[in-house]
Amino acid sequence: MARQARQWRVGAAGVAVLGLALTACGGAKVGEDSAGSGSGDSASCGTFNLAVNPWVGYEADAAVVAHVAEHDLGCKVTKKDLKEEIAWQGFGTGEVDTVLENWGHDDLKKKYITQQKTAVEAGPTGNKGLIGWYVPPWLAKAHPDITDWKNLNKYAANFKTSESDGKGQLLDGDPSYVTNDEALVKNLKLNFKVVYAGSETALIQAFRKAEKNKEWVIGYFYEPQWFLSEVPLVKVNLPAYKAGCDADAAKVACDYPVYDLDKIVSAKFAKSGSPAYNLVKNFSWTNEDQNVVAKYIAVDKMSPEAAAKKWVDANRAKVDAWIK
Amino acid sequence: MAVVMEKPGTTETAEPPAPVKRERKVGRGMLVAGILVGWLVLFAVLRGKQTLTLAAADLTDLHRWFNDANDSIGANRNSNPLFLYFFNEIRLVIDNLVTFFQGLISQPAADRPLPQIGWLGVVGIAGYVSWAVGNWRVALLAVAGFTFMGLQGLWQESMDTLALTVSAVLVALLFAIPLGVWAGLSDRFNRIVTPFLDFMQTMPTFVYLAPLTLFFLIGGASATIATVIYAAPPAIRITAHAIRSVPETTAEAADSLGATRRQSLLKVLLPMSKRTVVMGVNQSIMAALAMVTIAALIDAPGLGKTVVQALQSLDVGTAFNAGLAIVIMAIVLDRVTTAASAREETARRSSGRFVVWRRPLLAAGGVVTAVLVYLSHTYVWAAEFPGEGTTGSSIARAADTATTWAQDHLSGLTNAFRDGITNGLLNPFQALLTDSPWWLVGAVLVALGTVLGGRGAGVTAAVCVGLLVGTGMWSDSMTTLASTLVATIMVMLLGIGFGVWMGRSLLVDRVLRPSLDAAQVMPPFVYLVPFLALFGATRFTAIVAAVVYAAPVAIKIIADGVRNVAATTVEAATSTGCNTWQIITKVQLPMARSALTLATNQGLIYVLSMVVVGGLVGAGALGYDVVAGFSQGQLYGKGLAAGLAIVLLGVMFDRITQAAARRASA
Repeated sequence: MARQARQWRVGAAGVAVLGLALTACGGAKVGEDSAGSGSGDSASCGTFNLAVNPWVGYEADAAVVAHVAEHDLGCKVTKKDLKEEIAWQGFGTGEVDTVLENWGHDDLKKKYITQQKTAVEAGPTGNKGLIGWYVPPWLAKAHPDITDWKNLNKYAANFKTSESDGKGQLLDGDPSYVTNDEALVKNLKLNFKVVYAGSETALIQAFRKAEKNKEWVIGYFYEPQWFLSEVPLVKVNLPAYKAGCDADAAKVACDYPVYDLDKIVSAKFAKSGSPAYNLVKNFSWTNEDQNVVAKYIAVDKMSPEAAAKKWVDANRAKVDAWIK
Repeated sequence: MAVVMEKPGTTETAEPPAPVKRERKVGRGMLVAGILVGWLVLFAVLRGKQTLTLAAADLTDLHRWFNDANDSIGANRNSNPLFLYFFNEIRLVIDNLVTFFQGLISQPAADRPLPQIGWLGVVGIAGYVSWAVGNWRVALLAVAGFTFMGLQGLWQESMDTLALTVSAVLVALLFAIPLGVWAGLSDRFNRIVTPFLDFMQTMPTFVYLAPLTLFFLIGGASATIATVIYAAPPAIRITAHAIRSVPETTAEAADSLGATRRQSLLKVLLPMSKRTVVMGVNQSIMAALAMVTIAALIDAPGLGKTVVQALQSLDVGTAFNAGLAIVIMAIVLDRVTTAASAREETARRSSGRFVVWRRPLLAAGGVVTAVLVYLSHTYVWAAEFPGEGTTGSSIARAADTATTWAQDHLSGLTNAFRDGITNGLLNPFQALLTDSPWWLVGAVLVALGTVLGGRGAGVTAAVCVGLLVGTGMWSDSMTTLASTLVATIMVMLLGIGFGVWMGRSLLVDRVLRPSLDAAQVMPPFVYLVPFLALFGATRFTAIVAAVVYAAPVAIKIIADGVRNVAATTVEAATSTGCNTWQIITKVQLPMARSALTLATNQGLIYVLSMVVVGGLVGAGALGYDVVAGFSQGQLYGKGLAAGLAIVLLGVMFDRITQAAARRASA
């Protein structure tokens, strides 16, 4: 017993010496060098809660706005990765200040802007959103007439899959997206069946594979979207959109309208006088701008921060117009 | 993970009287065949009538009512005292708990640019605790595992995930252990609580994710609560099971010595069931880790976010790297808790000499750990993980190369396989289920339940069929059911094949087990992207995803069952001249019959828990309805109804297979 106690004392002493030795050769201490690097006066702006909806184009918007808010306005930006529904819900609970790229969503506007009055509009982003049916480029080249909807029935048999019950398959993606496809197929009397891929990942993978292996695929897609810089899908022309032709969801027989993507902010944030609100209100850029940043993120695999910095450094004049 | 989840059976169901039993035994197979033939005949006559189909955008009154209820909660949130004084308080407590752990290991805390304890300290603590509760082998594993996460360039993300997991498991256990003990002591409470646990485990998380953020706001608290809902049930069930399996005689001995109820609980029941209770903790941790990517959808920090973000641009490599970190964390935590539960056993048996040696060593280890923690608190080199995470980028590149190769070289083969299964098995089966009148399928289900599981199971099936019709999701339920059953058949084929192989050879078991663990905790979308490239967005892809997730459970259960067949029996068979094939088919599998039924039961439940993931890759039906409900306000009620339908399918098949299992072993 005594021997054991002695061993233990020796062990403890050894550990203590080891500890001291390590301490002595230490190195830089935590917190020592960080005093100077804190970014100036964040008092005027405070915290800016930015929702980030799950698609790359939105991420590009958010990265650039966050970069400018942090570096030019000294805000503390908190990005929150959320689906649209939950982001809008956050306006009421005070957890979200801004949604930067809203695609229509009249139902949400009615609920949160008109009824609950927790959100307000903050103008367009300058991006035009296109929704429609797309085919892979090889198909459009091999059968140029396929881009007219009237010829779709002619090719319906080629689009058959194991899921489509003997009809042509029209592939739809993420259920969050605005779609009239079931009604369109019915009202345009197309011999197609809408098959729900269920996610954007599944949809992109289907188009990528189709272009590579020259397979027949037609499906729902939208732009601006980073994937189009990898595979430039071709849009099929449906009967032209006229104001009001989509009023009755069950009777739609026309193409989707061009969406002016817009910004939504919480009512509280709009009244706060925060410089971040002014930035959001003035923020506006083109589809090409967004595609550049989205390509940095998705294809070149840059971090959103690095991508935003690269674009902001190259487009200082545009940025200055937002923060004057 | 090492021990399968065992559901304590409700043993008190009355067995049918003896004469009836004899009669049934003669004709059970015939009866099932008769029912199926009758179904086919009526199907041919009545095809396409009263199928209760509902188009993708159509709603029933029930769905609208759910929508209204959801909306009114949202609108009254700020004036309702229930929110102001109840939910907000809960949120505060849990938020503080999460923030505390994050400040400790993952996020900048107070006035520091780094967390309180750096990587060196965390690795030290992980090693020390693993050694103290387990053994030196798992301690080495823990140190290696945690260091590897750092090398992957994912230190902070991993620590965020760990902080969230630890908070969720703590909260879960706080409720689960007392409730489990209660359910173990009282049959009545056990009967009341079981349906709730079924509900918590099979209700798809997507259904309550959005309402949770309404109640507890976006962030740590909601993510933790979502995780707790899923992670608590296994701990409750296993604790109850542990208390129940303390031998009757022991408990009686304590009573006869004059112990009070409280004494016999604290001094006899709890200590004797400690080993199994630790397995409950283990299952709770595994369930919590399974929620990592889903919680990321409501802004939970950590590895899940990395996975979700990488997949937006189909960056499989990065997603795989983060998924691998989740797998490693799961394996470390699993092995440590398993070792801890084994230790409870050895510690009780071992002599005093061991204890004398152990104390000074523990103290010395404690001092070393304290020094490491101090260093990592003070010095930057010990606080921030050094290096750029180059290991992570190489892993990501390798994963990318592997997926590209598979996509380029295998797709010809896979298409034929897919079309074969879809046209040969799935489509006819689905047509039979969806095109039969609802009352015909319902009657078949009730009849099969009664024949296979007895009157009790028949009644449950009838109630579930009635409620399924009530949800308005009948047709979609039948589509999902067809895929589910096809997936379960594939799971059982794999389960028997690999299970027997693993059960007969310890070496095979050692080699295969880590990949099985990985298949269970790797976030599904990581391997689904290459599957999508191979099989397209189809029901078949969804089936494959479910098989990958559910097969490991079935394999493990069957392997255990085969191994538990007494060695003497196998020897006896060998000596009578049986060859290997005969031993497997005539001795080992029949004797492992109860393991086979348990594997079917768990296989089905695990397949059902993948229905929603299936909806994301082309399965349509209930899975898609749930996802759509999560994404679009006007479909919320329909999504909720679809979630309920999944629960009902789960409960119905769970009860039927369990009753059948009890009959098989009786």
